[in-house]
Amino acid sequence: MQILEGEKVTKYFGGLAAVSNVDFYVGQGEVVGLIGPNGAGKTTLFNLISASLVPKPGVIKFKGKNITGKKPHKICRMGIARTFQTVKIFTNMPVLQNVLAGSFFGTSPGMSSADAAREASESLEFVGLSDMAALPARDLTLANQKRLEVARAMATRPELLLLDELMAGLNATEITEGMELVKKIRDKGITIVMIEHVMKAIMNVCDRIIVLHHGEKIAEGTPQEIATSKKVIEVYLGE
Amino acid sequence: MPESIVTIMDVAIGGLLLGGIYALIAMGLSLQYGVARVLNISHGEFIMLGAFSTFTLYTVVGINPLICLAIVGPIAFIIGFLLQRTLFTQLRTSAPNPGAFEASSLLATFGLMYVIQGIALQIWGADYRAYTYLNFGVDLGGAIFSANKLVILGFAIGIGVAFYIFLARTHMGKGIRSAAQDPTTASLMGVNINRVLALCFGFGAAMAGLAGVLYSMRIPLNPAMGLQYTLIAIIIIVLGGLGSIPGAFIGGLILGIIGEIVTYIDPSLSLAAYYFIFMLLLLVRPKGIFGK
Amino acid sequence: MNITRFTSKGFLIPGLISLVILIALVTLPFYGSLYNVIMVTSILMYIILTVSWVLFSGPTGYMSLATAAFFGIGIYASAIFLPNTGAILPLLVVVVIGGLVSSLVALGVGALTLRLRGIYFAIFTFGLVVLILELGNWWEHTVTHTRGRFVMLVDNDVIFYIMLAIFVLLMLTTYLIRRSKFGLAMRSIGENEEAAAHIGVNVTMVKVITFAISAFFMGAAGVIWATKLTYVDPYVAFNPLFSFMPVLMAIFGGMGQIYGPVIGAVIFAYLQEKLQTEFPYYYMLIFGFVLVAAILYLPDGLIGLIQKLWRLIRRWRKGGAAKQDANT
Repeated sequence: MQILEGEKVTKYFGGLAAVSNVDFYVGQGEVVGLIGPNGAGKTTLFNLISASLVPKPGVIKFKGKNITGKKPHKICRMGIARTFQTVKIFTNMPVLQNVLAGSFFGTSPGMSSADAAREASESLEFVGLSDMAALPARDLTLANQKRLEVARAMATRPELLLLDELMAGLNATEITEGMELVKKIRDKGITIVMIEHVMKAIMNVCDRIIVLHHGEKIAEGTPQEIATSKKVIEVYLGE
Repeated sequence: MPESIVTIMDVAIGGLLLGGIYALIAMGLSLQYGVARVLNISHGEFIMLGAFSTFTLYTVVGINPLICLAIVGPIAFIIGFLLQRTLFTQLRTSAPNPGAFEASSLLATFGLMYVIQGIALQIWGADYRAYTYLNFGVDLGGAIFSANKLVILGFAIGIGVAFYIFLARTHMGKGIRSAAQDPTTASLMGVNINRVLALCFGFGAAMAGLAGVLYSMRIPLNPAMGLQYTLIAIIIIVLGGLGSIPGAFIGGLILGIIGEIVTYIDPSLSLAAYYFIFMLLLLVRPKGIFGK
Repeated sequence: MNITRFTSKGFLIPGLISLVILIALVTLPFYGSLYNVIMVTSILMYIILTVSWVLFSGPTGYMSLATAAFFGIGIYASAIFLPNTGAILPLLVVVVIGGLVSSLVALGVGALTLRLRGIYFAIFTFGLVVLILELGNWWEHTVTHTRGRFVMLVDNDVIFYIMLAIFVLLMLTTYLIRRSKFGLAMRSIGENEEAAAHIGVNVTMVKVITFAISAFFMGAAGVIWATKLTYVDPYVAFNPLFSFMPVLMAIFGGMGQIYGPVIGAVIFAYLQEKLQTEFPYYYMLIFGFVLVAAILYLPDGLIGLIQKLWRLIRRWRKGGAAKQDANT
């Protein structure tokens, strides 16, 4: 079964179509890469899936259910979590409290403090930030802030995780660690859609890749297919 | 002419007269908020100071109120310039982010309002003052207007247009406009941002001062009169789009006409009507009628 | 982690101090003069406005200037239900009604406007005050033909005790909210609203409910304040000053800690009272200077200043100790 489906998803900003008529699907347990040149509409598509924006026209289905037009917090509680292109952590709160907010609000409403705290520490351990639990989040390095954002998203117990440029701004070692983290999340059975510019990461961890250009889907396929696709190469070299 | 047409003319021209003053006040605040990001609650106090200075200069020294324009304008400019250079620069550099600066500067101008009102109370006392100047009727196509109203309108529009030309044509004006759009890029392009901000604040204060000089010919003065003009100016700049100077000018004229129409129906409702329109607009079009 | 760590450590001393202050306040009418009781009542009123303002605006970062509107609604509830010709409803019932009506207005206004961000929200809420003031004025002039209304006389001790009860309730509410899941939701909204929504916080609901809770206390305080004023008209009830004072008092005290706004309100209200009686002619001038100076030189408030000094002293002492170590 497909965990996520989009039909004719479209979004206009003024007269400009940021995302235009995109059909897509994501299978249960898949890691799907979303690539394309700057301004291709990748983040807009993420915003549409996570309900920051509402497609017009178009329909988005999660586990077969139409979720178009729902509020972001509802979408999150249904099981879709996300990270942001520019990190949006709660900078003045301690690291653990960031994650705790995720486990408190992103899951079922009846979660007790003790359970939330336990799950939050588990999430922190999962991304390897346990040692920094008490630090204010603003004191973390960029790589760790991104890990924290992943931990906070994981704490909401997602079935689908949207990662927006997890590797951007990281050095080579950190990118390798990031790739490991993505694989670890996949191994937990969580479906992943990731926007990424670091080709090595995309080629390495994705099962399937969707290419956007000027808001339209221009190609789709396995990493090998995409790497050899004439159309995709043209788009990237034509820039 | 039928009486109803005379009434409409009366209301329309009356609205333009009121609108001229409003436009001037709003342009001043628009400069201060649009460029310097200071939502100046003490803006109206500069109007009050301008008005009282004219009152004293005219009744005690005997200087013609129109000549007072040339005295009050530059002095208000200097006060505004210095305030930006000292108080607001200090607040701007110590604020962690632009939002924090907007909040702290708004509160500081609230304190400033008290200081200026306190000084005015010391000098002029709490009573209403007034003087008469050019208070005779002029017949305009059947409707009669007092001469000072027409002089006020003429000068208000003249000052407004002159300032707009200054912004559009001169080098300094272009610097101000580019700083209003994007301070970072402007400073990269060699605009001395601190000087531009101080200039804007100075011009804003000067406009308020000039509006005070003009308006003192028409209304009784009181040290507590300023706040309502600040409120009207805030309504207009939101109406015209925060930071848009032509928007402030046109918005001022529109609000003047609305004010005159409402006053014709029920004078005690005019401020309420302004606020009703304003809040409706904030909800429907938070960027203002002329906002991007 | 103040949510999981609910131990008694660091809890005893503030608790004891609070208890001592509370006892001192409860017994005040027995040892204090009438003047003192009246003065503490006004200080309590300012504390209530400030703390309930901070309750919403502190964590969420939305600067509300609607305080005067909610406070004024309470004042008018008093004028309508407790006229000097004889109370229509019991005093305590009116206190609750004033609070509830303010809350309802806050719910409506909040649902409409909380999507406005930054300065727009501040402008809108301030507009609300002026709109209600002007409409009230128009209503009194043209519909009811009353210039002002007289509120029944209430014993000063009774006014004091009701104000004190509202204050205690407010402090308890604030304390519980800060420690609860709800408080965490509010802080995450203040930190980053978009991220908060995407981790499952029902952003609109949290904001609107908190806004309504804070308005309840403002309205309730307004009802009892009106019995102290005895004469009420729209200018008295919806004085825009009451919108700005809580903000200034909170900033003056420092908003990081629960007691910051309280200390700010106490000092400010006392200062205002003293200035008004001792220097009636220079009151505005001095007050304005204090405001500007506080914003310029105390960006983190008095509490922030004290914390900074404390850190300096500690560093200085540590530095001294290190030097001694080096010498031996």
